[in-house]
Amino acid sequence: MRYLPHTPKDIESMLEAVGVESVDALFSTVPDTCRRTRDPLLPEPLTEWELNGLMEGMSRAVGAPPEYKVYLGAGSYEHHIPHALSYLLSRSEFVTSYTPYQPEMSQGTLQAIYEYQTLSCRLLGMEVANASLYDGASALAEAMLMAVRITKARKVALSSLIHPHYRQVVRTYFQPTGFELIELPRLPNGRTDFSSLDDAGDLAAVAVQSPNFFGCVEDLAVGAQKAHEKQALFITAFTEPLAYGLIKNPGSLGADVACGEAQSLGIPQSFGGPGLGMFATQMKHVRNMPGRLVGQTTDLDGRRGFVLTLATREQHIRREKATSNICTNNSLCALAAAMYMASLGRTGIRELAQLNHDKAEYLKRGLVRGGFEIPFESPTFNEFVAAFPAGKDDIYQRLLKKKVVAGLPLAPYYPELTDHYLFCVTETKTRKDLDELIKEITS
Amino acid sequence: MTESLGTTGLVLNEPLLWEKDTPGREGFSLPHGDVDSCPVEEALTSQSPDFPDLSEVDVVRHYTRLATWNFGVDTGMYPLGSCTMKYNPKINEKMAGLRGFAGAHPLLPQALSQGLLKLLFELECFLSEITGMDAVSLQPAAGAQGELTGMLLIHAYHKSRGRKPSKIIVPDTAHGTNPASAALCGYRPVPVQSNEQGILSSEAIAEVMDEDTAGIMVTNPNTLGLFEENVQEIAEIVHAKGGLVYGDGANMNAVMGIIDAGRIGLDVLHLNLHKTFSTPHGGGGPGSGPVCVRSHLEPFLPVPRVVKENGSYHLSEDFSRSIGKLHAFYGNVGVMIKAYSYILSMGAENLKKASQLAVLNANYVKERLKDRFHLPYDRPCMHECVFTDRSQMAHKVMTLDMAKRLMDYGFHPPTIYFPLVVNGAIMIEPTETESKQDLDLFIEALRRIADEAEHHPEFLGQAPSKCKVKRLDEVAAARKPCLAG
Repeated sequence: MRYLPHTPKDIESMLEAVGVESVDALFSTVPDTCRRTRDPLLPEPLTEWELNGLMEGMSRAVGAPPEYKVYLGAGSYEHHIPHALSYLLSRSEFVTSYTPYQPEMSQGTLQAIYEYQTLSCRLLGMEVANASLYDGASALAEAMLMAVRITKARKVALSSLIHPHYRQVVRTYFQPTGFELIELPRLPNGRTDFSSLDDAGDLAAVAVQSPNFFGCVEDLAVGAQKAHEKQALFITAFTEPLAYGLIKNPGSLGADVACGEAQSLGIPQSFGGPGLGMFATQMKHVRNMPGRLVGQTTDLDGRRGFVLTLATREQHIRREKATSNICTNNSLCALAAAMYMASLGRTGIRELAQLNHDKAEYLKRGLVRGGFEIPFESPTFNEFVAAFPAGKDDIYQRLLKKKVVAGLPLAPYYPELTDHYLFCVTETKTRKDLDELIKEITS
Repeated sequence: MTESLGTTGLVLNEPLLWEKDTPGREGFSLPHGDVDSCPVEEALTSQSPDFPDLSEVDVVRHYTRLATWNFGVDTGMYPLGSCTMKYNPKINEKMAGLRGFAGAHPLLPQALSQGLLKLLFELECFLSEITGMDAVSLQPAAGAQGELTGMLLIHAYHKSRGRKPSKIIVPDTAHGTNPASAALCGYRPVPVQSNEQGILSSEAIAEVMDEDTAGIMVTNPNTLGLFEENVQEIAEIVHAKGGLVYGDGANMNAVMGIIDAGRIGLDVLHLNLHKTFSTPHGGGGPGSGPVCVRSHLEPFLPVPRVVKENGSYHLSEDFSRSIGKLHAFYGNVGVMIKAYSYILSMGAENLKKASQLAVLNANYVKERLKDRFHLPYDRPCMHECVFTDRSQMAHKVMTLDMAKRLMDYGFHPPTIYFPLVVNGAIMIEPTETESKQDLDLFIEALRRIADEAEHHPEFLGQAPSKCKVKRLDEVAAARKPCLAG
């Protein structure tokens, strides 16, 4: 086996150095009753070439772009990824290293993550970002727990327009804690209804997603005001951070924590993971933050360098009183996002965000012309909800046969929204693609 | 000694990204604007985020230079204890990058995701087979989330039986994340000391185990690299009081194909695909932390679960007693693809051999160094061995100094000052992918360092001297945090 370098001669001389007769004798401390009674039943080992063939076959049994035109967003976005990124991300010094516990030998990762933290702050309008969490959903759950730690209140409010899966994950994290969780209803315009907050009692946090699950841009300033009136932290989530290339960022509108999924920034979709939990807040909350942090310092000669810092918040030091149990996070994905943000620049992100918006609006207008209803009037970024006209139920299935995935049916998440579909259009779709979709869907 | 691996060469300085900012430069191939531009309401927009404008060449040089300041498994031996820094096969990277996998949307109609669902289903079967457990969820995104999932399962199990225990036993040789994971479920960790042999005694557990205790978290092999020989008896004691046994499988690389976790009496066990199953650590993730359970915990596993029916696969939420979701979708699928490829490349026999060689390597290092470094538990170890700096303290040389000096010799330092149960710990996990020749170089370097500690102790305090930077001021970094530029 090519990954195992030992020759029989090596093994023999090593056993001799150890002073045992056989490899089995090394396991003398494992009682017989703990041992397997038979070998695991696994397929016979494959050669590299057999593996290639098998995996390529399996990967072809997935409906992915460009063969399929996929108009799905809802937490995972198809964007062009510059080839330079994939190339740089295969640098084994980044890929095959671990958490930079030894900074003198890890300055590459450390500076890159410090830059990621900085660019994340600039994107979200916040003061401090951590080195990454697992994904948008667990980032939101961690934010809610952080708010409980800070405010000591035992109840949190979540908008019902936050990604349904994120709300489920928050429930899972909250289940054993005994903290209460309430959901805020939605307004007919596709935004969160904050009015019920007045009677909600003491709250640790008010959480809202913008653009929300329907693609609508929320009125964050109103949410922030309402939350702060209740002495609660205002937590804004996101699934499509590219939007902040165009629309106001959460920090400028009063967010205390901005967190979410940043897969959109140069990370392949990979069936939903690994993505990137981006998490940012204000410096006054830094000691209550979950996750790793990289800070700037100097070496013995006074030169600039970077280290993991404020570790006293973390599990390996603070044990059960840590701000989170997270250890391994999604560092390589954070690196990808930093590279992506650096490749776009302030000029590129604006243009790309505008392009996403324009293309989504183009499809929206085309569908309206074809008799579709746009049920929520609030402005959107690159996703929107459209209601199929009555008697057009077969369109979705018909298009699927033509290798087009025409949006996400919303009824499984919001049962009252039968015939409603969530469409996403990014820069990967051309006008020709959109014209064809409009023609098919409205004919 | 043969010529040292560590040397110095030309390393380039590189400023921070925004110090290279040149407004107007572009590094991205923007698609054509082929539709009418449609401005957003003025009130909603603001200035573009202040990212530096760079060319593609700027970006490529920046990260290429940064990469040269790093050290990875592909660079050399990385014997970080409890982290299993084994070789990461290159073919697996290609597999995860296949268009159908990397480009798959998680909410595709299930008829379009059969290739991936089959892969996930089979990977669950493989892990169940390798561990001896009955069912698996791949959803947890890393080891610590696997631990949390395990704790949530235990919590849900007790709740279903009308029990609300408040404590959990966490031995002093458990992994660092264990107490924090338990605390998220409201459990108060009850510490238990290992005995003079470095393992848990049944008596110590019997003394603290009661009906108000949810169970025990056992890392086996433990963080001293020792097999918990009494684990079966301990499991019986815990079960007899209604508790459950959580196995931290971060050290599974020692015992693949050897132990049967189900037979041992573990109720739940998490694995780290980024340790045992060779997926790269990525400078701190992404990982993947599947949980394996016995059948009585299966109803509580996270949803959705991959189900096979009539030859096709689908995702099912239809498990009413489930603890819910831990991840926005199904976990770190990209990582799972690499682990699946690894298992298929290895087969049962080579997985077992990998564990045997990992254990041989650790014992070899232990035997060849124990005359120079204090070995607190001189007994057969599993995949890692733990020394201390006791012998060098006489010369005022500490573990930290020796770790830093190893860099100059061209090796990543071992895990240091962990486990806490040993003062000045030096925790070495060579893994099976290091050859005897590489181990010999490593051993020789450490022996040289032991000599240096005796004869030139002041020299070690200055180490490293061959890295991009010298020793960094971590105290200043924490005192006046500068976390963004």
